[in-house]
Amino acid sequence: MSLDKEIAVEVHDLTVAYHRRPVLWGVDFALPAGHLIGLIGPNGAGKSTLLKAILNMVPAASGWVKIYGKPYAQQKRLVGYVPQRESVDWDFPVNVLDVVLMGRYGHLGLLRRPRRADYEFAMACLEQVGMANYARRQISQLSGGQQQRVFLARALAQEALVYFMDEPFAGVDAATERSIIGLLEQLKKDGKTVLVVHHDLQTVQEYFDWVLLLNMRLIAAGPTEVTFTDENLRKTYGGRLTILSQAAHAFSQPADALVGREGREG
Amino acid sequence: MMIEDFWVLLTASLVASSCGFIGSFLVLRKMAMVGDAISHSVLLGIVLAFLLTQQLGGIAMFIGAALMGLFTTFVIQLLHQGGAQEDAAIGVTFTGLFALGVVLLSLYASNVHLDTEHVLFGEIAYVPWDILVWNGIELGPRAVWTVGGAFLLTLVVTGLFFKEFKLCAFDPAYALTLGIPVTLFHYVQMTLVSLTTVAAFDSVGAVLGVAMLIVPGATAYLLTDKLERMLLLSVVVGVLSAVLGYGFAVWLDVSISGAMASAAGFVFALAFLFSPRSGIIPTAWRRRRVLSGDGAEA
Repeated sequence: MSLDKEIAVEVHDLTVAYHRRPVLWGVDFALPAGHLIGLIGPNGAGKSTLLKAILNMVPAASGWVKIYGKPYAQQKRLVGYVPQRESVDWDFPVNVLDVVLMGRYGHLGLLRRPRRADYEFAMACLEQVGMANYARRQISQLSGGQQQRVFLARALAQEALVYFMDEPFAGVDAATERSIIGLLEQLKKDGKTVLVVHHDLQTVQEYFDWVLLLNMRLIAAGPTEVTFTDENLRKTYGGRLTILSQAAHAFSQPADALVGREGREG
Repeated sequence: MMIEDFWVLLTASLVASSCGFIGSFLVLRKMAMVGDAISHSVLLGIVLAFLLTQQLGGIAMFIGAALMGLFTTFVIQLLHQGGAQEDAAIGVTFTGLFALGVVLLSLYASNVHLDTEHVLFGEIAYVPWDILVWNGIELGPRAVWTVGGAFLLTLVVTGLFFKEFKLCAFDPAYALTLGIPVTLFHYVQMTLVSLTTVAAFDSVGAVLGVAMLIVPGATAYLLTDKLERMLLLSVVVGVLSAVLGYGFAVWLDVSISGAMASAAGFVFALAFLFSPRSGIIPTAWRRRRVLSGDGAEA
């Protein structure tokens, strides 16, 4: 397929600083379309900041971002975002369907209200994440995994080509993690590009066919089998031996044995 | 009941419900204290507009107050980004601007009907005698028109941009990725808060305006988990506070605006204790029933 040759996301020389302290330094990469990509790195490596800088939520000191060859500002319609679960107040007085409908707002534009077709589309997205029965449920009554799935449904409702997801597996149970990864694989099959901030080194090879290794600078980017190497991990995580030995442990085990593990590494 | 009572009650209800309505968004956005700040610093806008135009009331006063409200939120944001704690930034900004307003008021405008007591507590009892006259026709109290007008504007703007207001309150970062002009809507909403506050200012003053801005919304929040219903309930709570407060004021012969704010506090306390959703007493009752159920089995 020609999709594979196309560049979905291009980031050039992106630098972000908080109070003059650089958090990201000259990050430069291009993501081919149609891959499920893990963004890997230790705590404080700037993974979330990278997503926020790409999406223009934090100001970049330098650099630019293109989505399918055009500046991000012109391509917002093509981009879906799943923020960290903790970023919103789950006591806010709305129900599940309201939240998923928010994914349609970009298509609706100002002044137009969601129509019947939007409601139906939102319901279909809830169906996809297995939450259709919860449509009228208040969001305050959801478990962590359910909250995550609602956020995924909202992103699906955007009908984007490129998805950025900030730790969609954080604090969810093993069953939810399985169903989320199934959904992400489906997105990949449909030719979408999905960039996922991920913590658990043990599942990287199983989940992602592409990886970005980040620690303030970009350490490596490429297909998992050639990029997720011992040496690159050592460069990314520095002297954190426990993590490295865990990674070594992961290398030595067949992938199925790791299904459903829930270790979160920092 | 005399016609004067009716006008005071109508004004009070409009003040309480218009403040409660826009205040609901402040409560949801955890910006109640910003509402507090705006409702104080509009005084400076009013005084400056008076000094420029030498007249009280009218469009100039609204524009002055709206600009000052925006300026307040802008300064708070600036101080916060510059490294001050957010609550400290709010405290510094609004006391500073309010104090400047008080100083200018006593320096240049002490002979007009704006005095500091009026500024703090309002003079809703005088509302029926300040009549709006247009082409020689008496159109009823000026306050009814200004407060009603501000409320109508708020309802129309909120109606038009309801989904944007909802999303910007719930998840502003996400709204930004959808291409929604979050900052613009923030300032639109702050303009509405300023206009509503300055309209209410004349009737209930700065201190009690804050009560009306925050308490009905906070009460409605306890009673429902649907945004549309919360907005409706904030209006109901506002009207209820106005009616109860006016009743107290007449009965005990006390300040009307003070009694209204007290009544709002009373309604809030009732909701806090008895709300079926989150009230202390129903929650404790449910817990007790669960526990005693366990006890019966054991």
